[in-house]
Amino acid sequence: MVQTRSLIDEHGRRTDGRTMDELRNVKIQVGIVKNADGSAYIEFGKNRIIAAVYGPREVHPKHMAQPDRCVLRCRYHMSPFSTDTRKNPAPSRREVEISKVMREALEPALMLEDYPRAAIDVFVEVLQADGGSRCAGITAASVALADAGINMRDIVPACAAGKVDGKIVLDINDVEDKEGSADMPLAYMPHLERVTLLQLDGILNQEEFNECLDKALQGCKMIYEIQRRALIQKYFGDEQELKEES
Amino acid sequence: MSSSKRSTIIVEHLRKQQMREAISRSKRLDGRDLDEMRTLEIELGIIGKADGSSRVRLGNSEVVAGVKVETGTPFEGLENKGALILSAEVLPIASPYVEPGPPDEETIELARVVDRGVRESEMVDLDKLALIPGKVVYTIFVDCSIINYDGNLFDASSYAVVSALMSSKLPVFEVQDGEAVVNTGKKMDPPLTTIPVSITAVKIGDSVILDPTAEEEACMDARITITTNSEGKFAALQKGSTGSFTIDQIKKAAEIARIKGEEVRTKIKELTSNGH
Repeated sequence: MVQTRSLIDEHGRRTDGRTMDELRNVKIQVGIVKNADGSAYIEFGKNRIIAAVYGPREVHPKHMAQPDRCVLRCRYHMSPFSTDTRKNPAPSRREVEISKVMREALEPALMLEDYPRAAIDVFVEVLQADGGSRCAGITAASVALADAGINMRDIVPACAAGKVDGKIVLDINDVEDKEGSADMPLAYMPHLERVTLLQLDGILNQEEFNECLDKALQGCKMIYEIQRRALIQKYFGDEQELKEES
Repeated sequence: MSSSKRSTIIVEHLRKQQMREAISRSKRLDGRDLDEMRTLEIELGIIGKADGSSRVRLGNSEVVAGVKVETGTPFEGLENKGALILSAEVLPIASPYVEPGPPDEETIELARVVDRGVRESEMVDLDKLALIPGKVVYTIFVDCSIINYDGNLFDASSYAVVSALMSSKLPVFEVQDGEAVVNTGKKMDPPLTTIPVSITAVKIGDSVILDPTAEEEACMDARITITTNSEGKFAALQKGSTGSFTIDQIKKAAEIARIKGEEVRTKIKELTSNGH
């Protein structure tokens, strides 16, 4: 990876004006796809992502059904117009891998044993990508699963931390992902205190590794609060939110 | 679309119980300690037609990797760098549970995780492999074929790729008159900077074990693959499977990966230096 320019200025500000520990703007709206059993729209920086959940419903093809639990199916997909150069709409190897790690990140939070012989389908559509789309996708998908009324042990917020200009920073954006030196996405169940997704690209020493992990964890906790507020907003409205804050 | 599935290796209920019980007493069914790797064997230069090749056996898991070098166009955004393309295929001969066909998501993940370790550690100095910047560059293909599956394909494939690259000789291409690229017939060592080593640990119950067999993988709750470079720094990591880890388990696994990685690196150096 080539560092072509300075990504952190002398005041400790990043390319988009954030501090080292600041998230991008995160906005979540619940229940925006009318036909789905549960859905969420997330704006995470410039990421624009819709997650929709269908199910529990009958499994097709039928032989996929499991007698003791529900099958979880996940699809992460990027729209052709979501990136700088047009993305071929056919699923890439990257999307296949992300679909897999995303399913594995969500599965520990779901009580799949409550819905034997059924399937739950999670569709994550990236309308605009801005670095960290898998984390934003997982964050939205777990809100959509809650919106669908699926029995869950916990909600799964996800957030990345990384290394940029030799410093560990929270929530890597597109430029920092491409020009920075490390990216570590993390998904974490805040109540069960368990990591359900962890990846790393780039070089970190042991100390930086631990710092990065801790920073991403703090990010997940902040995002969890936003997820929670979005769900309260849909089911109890502004009134409840005001009451809670006073 | 990614779908949850039943485990491919059928481990009978009793065997599974036996394994979990043994592991809780810090013993494994094949007699290994929890952090003990299986025997690693590396044979080099087994494919004469390849520019580099290796056969790696990690216990009963067996992988053959071959390096082929051509010239091609650079990747978009990386115009002044050589191209490195890595693939992995689990052959139908590898196990009764494998069927021929396009790669499934697990094979795609395998290739991408092995690729990430080699790429992110910058093992191959791709800056030195551009011929006509923006137009023609060295393209290095490293393809892995899984010959026998007995667990931990991540590490076995990674060691195969790394040792095939270490033992490879690249054809020397030359640019004539600024546009024509010709093969001089000469050979050169690849520009290597480091030796990435991946270590895979899986969680069964509350214990974390290294280098799982197929049987152990069928019982695992979660998996983590961590790649370190020669300086003992982390270069890539991937958590897999549907279980979860605590933060402490991950920090501990990272430390183990660093220490064990160095042991394996010494071993790979030793095994690849014989006769080379």
